[in-house]
Amino acid sequence: MPEPILSIRGLRVSFDTLDGTVEAVRGVDIRLAAGETVAIVGESGSGKSQTMMAAMRLLASNGRATGRADYRGQNLLELDKAAINAIRGRKISMIFQEPMTSLDPLYTIGNQLIEPIRRHQGLSRAKARAEALRLLELVRIPEPERRMRSYPYELSGGQRQRVMIAMALANNPEILIADEPTTALDVTIQAQILALLAELQAKLGMAIVFITHDLNIVRRLADRVYVMREGMVVEEGPTDRVLSAPQHDYTRMLLAAEPEGHKSPVPDAAPVLLEGREVSVTFEIGGGFLASKLALRAVDHVSLALRRGQTIGIVGESGSGKSTLGRAMLRLMPSDGEVLFAGRDISGLGAGDMRPLRKGLQLVFQDPFGSLSPRMTVGQIVSEGLRVHQPALSARDRDGLAAAALAEVQLDPAMRNRYPHEFSGGQRQRIAIARAMILKPSVVVLDEPTSALDRSVQKQIVDLLRGLQAKHGLSYLFISHDLAVVRAMSDYVLVMKAGKIVEEGETERIFDDPVQDYTRALMAAAVDNQRFANA
Amino acid sequence: MTDAALDTNGPTELPGGRSLWSDAWARMRANRAAMASLIFLVLMTVACIVGPWLVPHNYTTIYADYVRTPPSLTAYPKADMVESALNDVLRRMRVEPGGWTQEGDRVFVEVTSGRAIDERNLRYLERSDTFHDARVESRADDGLAMVMSAAIKQQYFLLGTDNVGRDLLSRTLMAGRISLSIGLLAGMTAVVIGVLYGATAGFLGGRTDEIMMRIVDVLYSLPFIFFVIMLVVFFGRNFVLMFLAVGAVLWLDMARIVRGQALSIRRQEYIQAAEALGVTQTGILLRHVVPNLLGPVVIYMTLLVPHVIILESFLSFLGLGVQEPMTSWGVLISAGAKNIGSANWLLVFPALFLVSTLFALNFVGDGLRDALDPKDR
Amino acid sequence: MLLYVLRRLLTAIPTLFVVVTLAFFLIRIAPGGPFNQERGLSPEIKANIEAQFGLDDPLWLQYVNYLKNLGQGNFGPSYNLPDFTVTELFAAGLPISVQLGAMALLLALIVGGTLGTIAALNQNRAADYAVIATATAGTTIPTFVIAPIIQLVFGLTWNLLPIGGWGDGAFVNKIGPVLTLALPQIAIVARLMRGSMIEALRAHHIRTARALGLSDMSVIVKHALRGAVLPIVSYAGPAAAALLTGSVIVETIFAIPGVGRYFVDAALNRDYTLVMGTVVVIAIFTIVFNLIVDIIYAVLDPRVRYD
Repeated sequence: MPEPILSIRGLRVSFDTLDGTVEAVRGVDIRLAAGETVAIVGESGSGKSQTMMAAMRLLASNGRATGRADYRGQNLLELDKAAINAIRGRKISMIFQEPMTSLDPLYTIGNQLIEPIRRHQGLSRAKARAEALRLLELVRIPEPERRMRSYPYELSGGQRQRVMIAMALANNPEILIADEPTTALDVTIQAQILALLAELQAKLGMAIVFITHDLNIVRRLADRVYVMREGMVVEEGPTDRVLSAPQHDYTRMLLAAEPEGHKSPVPDAAPVLLEGREVSVTFEIGGGFLASKLALRAVDHVSLALRRGQTIGIVGESGSGKSTLGRAMLRLMPSDGEVLFAGRDISGLGAGDMRPLRKGLQLVFQDPFGSLSPRMTVGQIVSEGLRVHQPALSARDRDGLAAAALAEVQLDPAMRNRYPHEFSGGQRQRIAIARAMILKPSVVVLDEPTSALDRSVQKQIVDLLRGLQAKHGLSYLFISHDLAVVRAMSDYVLVMKAGKIVEEGETERIFDDPVQDYTRALMAAAVDNQRFANA
Repeated sequence: MTDAALDTNGPTELPGGRSLWSDAWARMRANRAAMASLIFLVLMTVACIVGPWLVPHNYTTIYADYVRTPPSLTAYPKADMVESALNDVLRRMRVEPGGWTQEGDRVFVEVTSGRAIDERNLRYLERSDTFHDARVESRADDGLAMVMSAAIKQQYFLLGTDNVGRDLLSRTLMAGRISLSIGLLAGMTAVVIGVLYGATAGFLGGRTDEIMMRIVDVLYSLPFIFFVIMLVVFFGRNFVLMFLAVGAVLWLDMARIVRGQALSIRRQEYIQAAEALGVTQTGILLRHVVPNLLGPVVIYMTLLVPHVIILESFLSFLGLGVQEPMTSWGVLISAGAKNIGSANWLLVFPALFLVSTLFALNFVGDGLRDALDPKDR
Repeated sequence: MLLYVLRRLLTAIPTLFVVVTLAFFLIRIAPGGPFNQERGLSPEIKANIEAQFGLDDPLWLQYVNYLKNLGQGNFGPSYNLPDFTVTELFAAGLPISVQLGAMALLLALIVGGTLGTIAALNQNRAADYAVIATATAGTTIPTFVIAPIIQLVFGLTWNLLPIGGWGDGAFVNKIGPVLTLALPQIAIVARLMRGSMIEALRAHHIRTARALGLSDMSVIVKHALRGAVLPIVSYAGPAAAALLTGSVIVETIFAIPGVGRYFVDAALNRDYTLVMGTVVVIAIFTIVFNLIVDIIYAVLDPRVRYD
């Protein structure tokens, strides 16, 4: 192994919080050689980000770091401000997960790009400007001249991330730390950003530290990998070896957590439970007191038919209208067109007429933190639907049913007097599922139910949902941008773009033999795991 | 669902959860400034409620002998005050003072007169603020001379007396009663109106919300003091009515805060989840919106009470608020401000009571905010 | 830009109209009138005077007439100070109130802003606690307590300042009133600034700036401060309108001949024209300063544009 340029040894990070001191990183050793790509993988809370934040001296004010982080013989943790500022952005730079908020909203792109160039290279304003332009071209921003004068809010998320990369590479650093750089982006954009990073590395030769939860990124890009869990490195080694022959149980679990299996189609004879005919949803945006309104068609004449026992996966990038469609199908959002439930047209029904039908039509949300009322106990949350649909039940009966529903989603029913904030994300999602299941619905709309969860937890939730479907003969509308989960869960897939269905068909057909360009791009971005390996 | 499942989960020995409220209370208890302030407020309230009965002076009693007496921890009259008080009394009796002596807490005085001295003259001594228990010790046969004696009335004026000789301590405590109850009364009024209005606007949303908030905007753009003065003009001297009205003006901020909160709560997914369950609007309002609104309302309420107290004092300072002989901290401070040259305690003590109470309310409010909304630090 | 300002001023006219209308009718339905208090005027004389001022006209006609006059910039005569028109009263008093208010506002923004920034940069350290304590004191102690205490300490005890009076605008006469006006504002600005600066320093783009090795000066002044002053700007608009139109308390205690007293006196004496004049002046100040705030805001924040 060549001499490392960055060597982290015995790094510990702790945070002082209201509830005492929390140890986020507990003795981590990481080495990085010139030009190599290292990935640090782990689930949320593993301390992978805080390790690199500590090395960059970017910890929040209540954080403390001990140990060593040597860059070419200088301990970064002990350098004075001027010395660390001469290294940050010049020798080591960093890009972040949040492209929407990582640029200063008050200055133009050009201004923000020129600033670090002038600071570290002492160029004149004109020369720095020319350099900034060159960088924008390097990261393939269209119309770089015009973009120099744009403000961040005028750029899309992918473009902002490209600008971030340009800023980070402005001074030709030796090390680039990329903290989940693609997590907040759509899959097609993700693939572009990853390809750009790989290309720039080949051209410029910097070392890259990838902080990620996504094993696909590791597989595509990294030479070596560190697996972190609960603030410690549990396994390290060359990517090929770690991914093909993991030594540690946790790594094995992570690898096994990739969703797998598939669902066979339901027989054609299965009755149609929920049907949408030419469903459209139009939003009026803007429009103040005097200003005129702008109509935005979020869902544009979509038709679908969900049979008993079927799972229809609805995929698409953010803004494609897939969530809106889900809500329109449940009549939680005003829409045009017809919606039929068990053969009955429900599109004209008011809230009162809909109420009895709601028992059969349930919804599970993406965000397990926002979808549970923070001031109710879990028991109250789960049994709330019973108050509406079985008002004759006594409090004691409701409590018993809540306990049973919790047991069905594999949670300890004894926890039902606790409050949502005392549970983890995966547990909360189980609570949300229990709330839907207690009413014994026939159709459940699952709106990105696994997207906010770690991979290993995702798998458990997917298994749980599959089990419930088999047991109760449920039909699912499964909305997700995560193609791997959709593939494992659904037997039929709708691909949406800009409110329209661009392609639909049985899952195997869509994944193996997509017809439309858009679908192909989507599939290529998500599924082609080997693309950059050994490139 | 089987019966067995019901049986194994008896409702009795479940582990209790930590609600957000109990979390908040724990954080609040750890906040020493807030807890000290809370205790101080309780003591202040008790003192203002009970105090006026315990202090030996009524807040309206005028002690003519003790006009603008400085505060003192020892009893009045002071040694040098006995003679002048005595001379005052004798002048009123229209008799000639002879010599006087003091034995223990009694004074003995010889008086002479050109005419026979009526024994009823003793009542002048009785009536005085300095003496009581007056007696005739001896009387000359012709009735032209007399020895009278009286006990010296021991009185404490811990905070001194005001311009007309009323005990400042009892007045300050009485004033506290008024100021605190007004603060609570008007604060409550504002909160009730503001919460109802804001929650309705925020929850109904759309056009209703737009119109309701435009009304608030218009009311905002009227100078606040104009409103208050108009209310004073309308309701005159009835301070209860007036402060209900003041509370009715102060609801604007509350309405805005509550509306903002209601709007953001309405966008929360747990509200959509409830709608998907088919929960009625009333059920959503009662079980989801109101409990989640409570935090900001409680915080705002603790900040509103000092606001109202200041407002009341301000009006009283201008002579528009509470009327004599009833008093409030604002009335006292106003009087104190006019007498800073000659009797600065008239300003210092009421100001101290007012400011310390406001401080305590502020600390409690800040403590509550930190406790209920820990991200806001 | 110019168009935006014009349009904003035009949309302000309805607001002004509503305020004037509301105020006009509110003060008129209040019991009493300008000439029936403690003057002992005989009913005939009173009727005469009222006729002279047009007060015997039907209320709607008076309202229309008032609006007409107002449209021509005529506020009418003061009923209780019959030798002056309302315009003359404001011409004499407003410059004084504006001067004191502007000095106080400037002081508040500079001192409060600096204190707030210092506190935010030293969060949870001694300097921070000192600023919080001062700010709490400033917001807690009412002006009618601060003013007499300033008189007591600096005027009577140490003899440094005059106890009151305008003294033809001598600097020493302004110190007391300006301090009294400024202290609560300093406290509020410091609190706001501390909060928004802490928030700004936590922003992701500040982390970016630090990760790029920019100097502390650039991070704090260029990237954090510009965003952090936005709430202060929003606050300063209404605060300026309130400060520049005079303070009853300060002008009463320090015996300053400004316009702050007019409102209370005029409302109590039913000096209709003076009350309305004050309402209009305050409303105009509010509208103008809100507009200035919006313009500054748009200059500071490119996301807000005038369209």
